[in-house]
Amino acid sequence: MNILEILPYSEPFLFVDDLEKVSENGIIGTYTFPADSFFYRGHFRGKPVTPGVILTECMAQIGVVCLGIFLLKDEESENCGVALTNSAVDYFLPVYPGEKVKVVSEKVYFRFNKLKCKVQMFNAEEKLVCRGEISGMIKAE
Amino acid sequence: METKEIIYCLKKIVKPYVQNDMAFQDFGKDTDFIKDLEINSANLVDIVLDVEDEFNIAIDNDSMDNMLTVEDAVKIIKNKQQEA
Repeated sequence: MNILEILPYSEPFLFVDDLEKVSENGIIGTYTFPADSFFYRGHFRGKPVTPGVILTECMAQIGVVCLGIFLLKDEESENCGVALTNSAVDYFLPVYPGEKVKVVSEKVYFRFNKLKCKVQMFNAEEKLVCRGEISGMIKAE
Repeated sequence: METKEIIYCLKKIVKPYVQNDMAFQDFGKDTDFIKDLEINSANLVDIVLDVEDEFNIAIDNDSMDNMLTVEDAVKIIKNKQQEA
């Protein structure tokens, strides 16, 4: 099963490069923020830092959507509908242009099409960048 | 468990997810979770999971789809408790 092919995002809003490990209980994936990403032009003026909302989006795409696609594998669908329903995230370290991050997500529950996960993001030095709980509704279409 | 008691427990479970406080003041068997209390479908899942824990029952997909009002929820809880 190729999760990345089913993932319903594309440039410039795809924030998943590779998935290292996936199971019924969780997922690990990575993404490198290209230095020429569109948001660095304005965040911040002359001092590019990855916006927190983009870090959250990266955590949601890997930690919730990719895991959700895996959990829906029995439905044998080639498309999926997703909607973010809740996010509560704390941020600890900045992520600069070109940095690679690793997202580690642990399933809290997947019931009635709602997937709730505890998600953490680490930088290349394995330091905690941000962590929180993210939920979404996901179903095969 | 009596209907009154179930409604009292439901009111406590639902409270943190309510968006319309005016409607919550009139919480009763005719209250619709989505139309009256303006709870979204994602939070309705959390409510159902809390109901499972509180009443020690398992709620299936069909029951979830039919749980629109407080009265529906009371019926489902009573049925499941009798099955157990």
